Amino acid sequence: MDLASLTIDAARSAVQERKTTALALAEAHYARIQKEDGQIGAFLTLSKERALEQADRMDRMAAEGKPLPPLGGVPVGIKDVMSTRGLRTTAGSKILENYVPPYDCTAVARMEAAGAVVLGKMNCDEFAMGSSNENSAYRPVRNPRDLTRVPGGSSGGSAAAVAADMAVVTLGSDTGGSIRQPASFCGIVGLMPTYGRVSRYGLIAFASSLDHIGPLAKTVKDAAIVLRTISGRDPMDATSADVPVPDYVAELEKPIRGMKLGVAKEYFGEGLDDEVRHAVEAAIDKLKAFGCEIVPVSLPHTPYAIPTYYLIATAEASANLARYDGVRYTVRARDVKTLSEMYRRSRNEGFGAEVKRRIMLGTYALSAGYYDAYYLKAQKVRTLLTRDFDEAFRKVDAIVTPTSPTAAFRLGEKSNDPLSMYLADIYTVTADLAGIPGISIPCGETKEKLPIGLQILGRHFDEGTILRVAHAFEQAT
Amino acid sequence: MKVTEKDVAYVAELSNLELTAEERSGMLRDLNSILEYIDCLNELDTSDVPPMAQVSDRYGVDKSKQGSERFAYASREDVIEGLRKSLPHTEALANAPDADEDFFRVPKVIER
Repeated sequence: MDLASLTIDAARSAVQERKTTALALAEAHYARIQKEDGQIGAFLTLSKERALEQADRMDRMAAEGKPLPPLGGVPVGIKDVMSTRGLRTTAGSKILENYVPPYDCTAVARMEAAGAVVLGKMNCDEFAMGSSNENSAYRPVRNPRDLTRVPGGSSGGSAAAVAADMAVVTLGSDTGGSIRQPASFCGIVGLMPTYGRVSRYGLIAFASSLDHIGPLAKTVKDAAIVLRTISGRDPMDATSADVPVPDYVAELEKPIRGMKLGVAKEYFGEGLDDEVRHAVEAAIDKLKAFGCEIVPVSLPHTPYAIPTYYLIATAEASANLARYDGVRYTVRARDVKTLSEMYRRSRNEGFGAEVKRRIMLGTYALSAGYYDAYYLKAQKVRTLLTRDFDEAFRKVDAIVTPTSPTAAFRLGEKSNDPLSMYLADIYTVTADLAGIPGISIPCGETKEKLPIGLQILGRHFDEGTILRVAHAFEQAT
Repeated sequence: MKVTEKDVAYVAELSNLELTAEERSGMLRDLNSILEYIDCLNELDTSDVPPMAQVSDRYGVDKSKQGSERFAYASREDVIEGLRKSLPHTEALANAPDADEDFFRVPKVIER
């Protein structure tokens, strides 16, 4: 079986038409994982029993001639920051090493209700904090396109698994670029929906006002199918929006001729690698040839996005991670005598260096005397960054940019310099702060055969438009 | 240097982290380098700009309504069994490093 070309529709119809079985598809993926994942490291936990049970359910439906749901029999992976009932969920952290959630994340429940077969949980940076997947407490993930390079982060396992054909699609999470940047590094499609489009219930919180769940896939259509499956109001998440979910798959076929696409010079400045620039400029030319109008726009506050992000995200993280105190979640330091010693030692032993750094920065930004200068200041600049997009989207339907300033870097290249690692997210964080949707699609390769990503940003709740542009581009390349 | 060794010790205490001497010196270096970069935010005059704490009150809501009225769809009656049944004790306590049948167990809180 050729797993490389296996899309959602191909897998589902093969099972539906009894050309194969969901069981055989799952087993073929497990065989591939067995063979490849030793060197890549995309999976943290396999859920074979759960997968085979679901596969069997789909096979029985197909045998009875019943129509399969949209993801019927499709093998998928779930980033290990999403809770799965009865299945270990670590968030890539030692502090949750043996944590077994008592409930399912809504997005996961919706995937399984649509027939998806969950193969296992995907490796990621600890608590989704990182841009290279080197912050996983278990092992780094390697880029399937070049094993000396990182797959990006924090959804590095989710991206690598799709790129190496170990899953048809995966779910990831994006707080500062964690779906789009690894999709770009691994040469696949990654979609961050609008804030509130997909319920966050059961997503282990990093920064609650910035966390998004979304798909990583081989094709734009697969991303659209998954988005249609997981979107929509969930009473368990008060921030999930009460906005109707369009048929994103039907949107793909609408023409893009006459559409206005914005290009912002702030995304093509210093620090952008020449090969990436050329590939993205060539992609923009191609979109123009399809009949799109290319319109210069200005997003003047862009240079302030990274500092704003690292204040807001860390402040929220410092509060969210206070719950890991040695009382409820499996890990407690040994031989502690007092309560405060238990808190401090459990946290110090359980958290990795980057998580501690962010807790410290966030706590500092929120502490008495610094709140106004840092946290409040960042919230105000967040308003300015959001207004930039409001203004630009008065003139254009979508904005096209590079996803990342460079192609995948080498393991260890940035791991000793937190600031240079943070700058890897320079083109992605602003969309998280403004809550707008963004997609990364492949748009070429460097001379060293490393994938380059094109990012398309859209208006709030207008995933339809960016999927349409992405699909048109993909069909022509 | 914005952050001093004393600040690092104080913030670690607020964060309930017990850092080693080596971790403290690394933290001092990293926090100062990051905060120095963050200082560029002061180039912006934000005196008339309202802070933005979240996205949800701006988009996908009925703009004719104000404040919490915008989120009326998300509210429900306050009842004992709401959207989901409460977890049974065995499940709620299953991940605890130390618990009896009803409670999480922790070291003594008040020393006498």
